[in-house]
Amino acid sequence: MDLITPEYGLFVWQVVVLIILIFILTKFAWKPVMKAVAAREDSINDALASAEKAKEEMANLKADNEKMLQQARAERDEMLKEAQQIKKNIIAEATDDANKKSEAILEKAKVTIESEKKQALAEIKSQVAEISVQIAETVVKKQLDNKDEQMKLVDKMLDDVKLN
Amino acid sequence: MATHKSFKITVALMLVFFLSPILGIADNKTEDTTEESFNPTEMIMHHISDSHGWHFFGEGEDSFTIPLPVILWTDDGITTFMSSAFHHDVEGEHIVERNGQKFVNYHEKIYLLNEGEDELKFDEETHAALNADRPFDLSITKNVASMLLTVLVMFIFFLGLAKHYRKSKFAPKGFKNILETLVIFVRDEIAKPQIGEKKYMKFMPFLLTVFFFIWITNLLGLLPGAANVTGNISVTVALGLFTLALILVNGNRDYWQHVFWMPGIPTFVKPILAIVEILGVFIKPIALMIRLFANITAGHIIILSLIGLIFILENAGVAAISVPFALFITVLELLVAFLQAFIFTMLSALFIGMAVQEHEHH
Repeated sequence: MDLITPEYGLFVWQVVVLIILIFILTKFAWKPVMKAVAAREDSINDALASAEKAKEEMANLKADNEKMLQQARAERDEMLKEAQQIKKNIIAEATDDANKKSEAILEKAKVTIESEKKQALAEIKSQVAEISVQIAETVVKKQLDNKDEQMKLVDKMLDDVKLN
Repeated sequence: MATHKSFKITVALMLVFFLSPILGIADNKTEDTTEESFNPTEMIMHHISDSHGWHFFGEGEDSFTIPLPVILWTDDGITTFMSSAFHHDVEGEHIVERNGQKFVNYHEKIYLLNEGEDELKFDEETHAALNADRPFDLSITKNVASMLLTVLVMFIFFLGLAKHYRKSKFAPKGFKNILETLVIFVRDEIAKPQIGEKKYMKFMPFLLTVFFFIWITNLLGLLPGAANVTGNISVTVALGLFTLALILVNGNRDYWQHVFWMPGIPTFVKPILAIVEILGVFIKPIALMIRLFANITAGHIIILSLIGLIFILENAGVAAISVPFALFITVLELLVAFLQAFIFTMLSALFIGMAVQEHEHH
């Protein structure tokens, strides 16, 4: 029965010891420890949150960059396309111009040739006329005895003309 | 390396633990065989009961016992002397005289003999002392000394832990980290789930103190020659009363309404339930105190019984079986030491949680 009969002395000591323990440990251990642990947990949570935020910002930044890059690429493509167009235009214009010029030159040449030709023809005409007159003169001048001699003469004269 | 070393120390302590009762009982036996045979009940009761000196081994005048202060509060004031003054006598034969008062130690209970008497007499029927009274005994007994040792250990542990945070905001390393983990364990696994996020902070000091006090005391109780503090009913009564006091002081309106006039049931049942609930308020802490007391005492009794078998059967060969068994039980007791601290704290938190809970009105 001694086993289950409380002893007042021990009971009193236990109460005193527990009160002292609770009082001193609360003041000098539990409160500082709990506070420090809570503070650390908070700071860890904060750090995690800010890391998450930074990650998000980074992702945003990356997306922005990507967008800008895309834009730049599009612009470049546009510029290239324009340049291509301009080149084409220039080439087309130049070709046109050249064509026109060559045509004009040809036209001019043709006109020149025509006029030269006319001149030449006129000259030839006048020469032929002259030669004809000369031949006729010669023919008239020489009293032709026979027909053979006449023919010979004509041929000779024609040869002369040819040689001319 | 550190773990290896501490393992070695643990093994060494365990060996000493097993050897000390054997040696102690062996001495007991060699002296006793001439007079009486080995009495296991007496041996076990001696080991699990409180005493005025801290006995390690040996018998009578040859024994190795640390004397502890005896503090008695009599009608004439406080009288103090060392327990060694009784010269290891627990049969009430050796009289210690201080300030004209005669004291005897009968089975670790100190009696103040009435004036003129010089021998303790008992009533045959009731076993009540006829010519002596028990003064209020505030002695530093073995249990009180052991308790103070726990206090010392807790101060070293936790004031050291608190000191760490004054220097650094980072988590401590090594043993302090274990302590911090345990503190967080009490907070996150015991206080928060049982009491709730809002109110747990107020009860953390009590829960932490009780948890570590019970656990460390349990563990110290497993050391060789150690006291059986948490297996003493006076100690567990005090612990249980703390929980009861916290419930009574912090119980809110809802709680008392549920105790005295349970809402939501037919009126004629309410008085019956009130009786049950009022009983429940007291049975809860009583269950706490009995659970802790019985579990720890039972563990000690089992270990001592297994060792005692060797001497009951008077055969050293029995040791081959009973020592491994006792070792197994001791390892189990290491688990029980934690488990009982956890259960006591957990249930205290649960009961406090019930008392402070905000009920949703139906």
